[in-house]
Amino acid sequence: MKLSRDDVLHIARLARVGVTDADVEKIREQLSNILENFEILQQVDTTGVPPTAQSVSLQNVMKDDVEAPSLPVPQVLANAPHQEGEFFKIKAVLEE
Amino acid sequence: MTIDIKQLTIHEAQRLLRAREVSSVELTRASLERISQVEPQVRAVVTVTEELALQQAQKADELITRGDASPLTGVPALIKDNICTKGVRTTCSSKMLENFVPPYDATVMEKLNAQGIVMLGKTNMDEFAMGSSTENSALFTTHNPWDLSRVPGGSSGGSAAAVASGEAFYALGSDTGGSIRQPAGFCSVAGLKPTYGRVSRYGLVAFASSLDQIGPLTKDVTDCALVLNAIAGYDDRDSTSVPLPVPDYTQCLSTDLRGLRIGVPKEYFVAGMQAEVETQLRGSIDKLKELGASIDWEVSLPHTPYSLAVYYIIAPSEASANLARYDGVKYGYSYPNADNMWDAMEKTRQFGFGAEVKRRIMLGTYALSAGYYDAYYLKAQKVRTLIRQEFDQAFTKFDALVTPTSPTVPFKIGEKVSDPLQMYLSDVCTIPINIAGLPAIVIPAGFADGLPIGMQIIGKPFSEETLLKIAYAFEQATDWHKRKPQI
Repeated sequence: MKLSRDDVLHIARLARVGVTDADVEKIREQLSNILENFEILQQVDTTGVPPTAQSVSLQNVMKDDVEAPSLPVPQVLANAPHQEGEFFKIKAVLEE
Repeated sequence: MTIDIKQLTIHEAQRLLRAREVSSVELTRASLERISQVEPQVRAVVTVTEELALQQAQKADELITRGDASPLTGVPALIKDNICTKGVRTTCSSKMLENFVPPYDATVMEKLNAQGIVMLGKTNMDEFAMGSSTENSALFTTHNPWDLSRVPGGSSGGSAAAVASGEAFYALGSDTGGSIRQPAGFCSVAGLKPTYGRVSRYGLVAFASSLDQIGPLTKDVTDCALVLNAIAGYDDRDSTSVPLPVPDYTQCLSTDLRGLRIGVPKEYFVAGMQAEVETQLRGSIDKLKELGASIDWEVSLPHTPYSLAVYYIIAPSEASANLARYDGVKYGYSYPNADNMWDAMEKTRQFGFGAEVKRRIMLGTYALSAGYYDAYYLKAQKVRTLIRQEFDQAFTKFDALVTPTSPTVPFKIGEKVSDPLQMYLSDVCTIPINIAGLPAIVIPAGFADGLPIGMQIIGKPFSEETLLKIAYAFEQATDWHKRKPQI
């Protein structure tokens, strides 16, 4: 499966990973190569085979909804790159 | 007393500690000294926690004096840097988390701390556990103690190299596609990946949630059993943790393998496998026969060749979701001069992540995206079922399957970095086990030109006792584990 330049830019946008123009070509080539090798999966007959999401047969693992103390705010903010008061600070989400 | 820091095992150290022939502080100082001695060449350790280690050692000595020691009390260990350690920097060997200090301990750390362990520090790894050589560390490369120009394997390369060179009595690693087992094989130490669900993933920085497991890297099989005893068990903070009781894994160790049925799946002896590795493995399997096991050389798991593709679709897909949290907002690296919110996020991820991590995030994003989900991710999940069913079938006839760990001996640093696919191929023997969620152990099985070769023993779910039994018998009959690198 050969990816196009637009495919790479689309994926990068979905993944929110910035890419330079130089990056795009290299990624395009490497990803295309990798994906081509995975075409062999199409050879496998999986008619009627259920997908496996995880290997243990646990289902609907539930917890009681019990109130307990949360992490204290100072600890929550301890690794914050930018903070103001008791908040994480980021660039404006909505701009004019 | 003089401590042979390279040879001394956990169980031997524990005997000396209880007999008060040595103290935990002495063991700790000897380990810290060893670390400063070999680190300039091996470079396995990211953060050394000297002060903390000595404090823990003193407390451990008190526990031992009171007669309250557990098997791991006072024995110094190193922890892979993707396991959260409260108050101690946890980097995942990435620029993204270079200064991240977790506000909590992983469940496995809580369990080990309850036994009074000594933590010497955190080990180097492939960034976010993505890699097979530790060359993807954004910090520095670790060198194989057996040949410093070669890789220690990955992604738990730091942990494996540290145990092999005597920097710690044992280490914790994590395994998603072979990341404990392949470096264990490359460094000639024992490495165990438990059954998926056996050990809690709470506090393990997530890579691929349906594949990740934490496990021990140790100098011998008895030590492996001791560490597994300590870290295994149900945890309600990990929804995939299985509520099965933990046996005493040291009780199953025996030198008699009579009655055990071992199968050898042909597909693991891949074309292009190094001749000496193949010869050594076949000889090792013959040894298991001498010890009483019956061997069937003609086992076939026909879907094995599809495992690589299945893994390299599923793992990156899950990774793309798990690594979405690194956005420069709550913790970690944050790009400082962005124009707007999206620019900040995109540049944070562009500069915070290394090339392999970005490659896998993009692979995964593509495989999950609209229009491709069915052809890639869903297809891979279905083939995953077939791979698991094949193993289940085999385990109706065999107690264990034995295979090589890697098609080659440890390769040279730099040899495979320019071709991602070549690097992925080095996991071909270990990946199917994660796909099926099975337990597997790797133990030293010889050398080729002085370079380590590991043997992998695979079992059905929750059969770690059988694996440890076979591994122990082999180890006691061969002594490969007693050979140490010259460093």
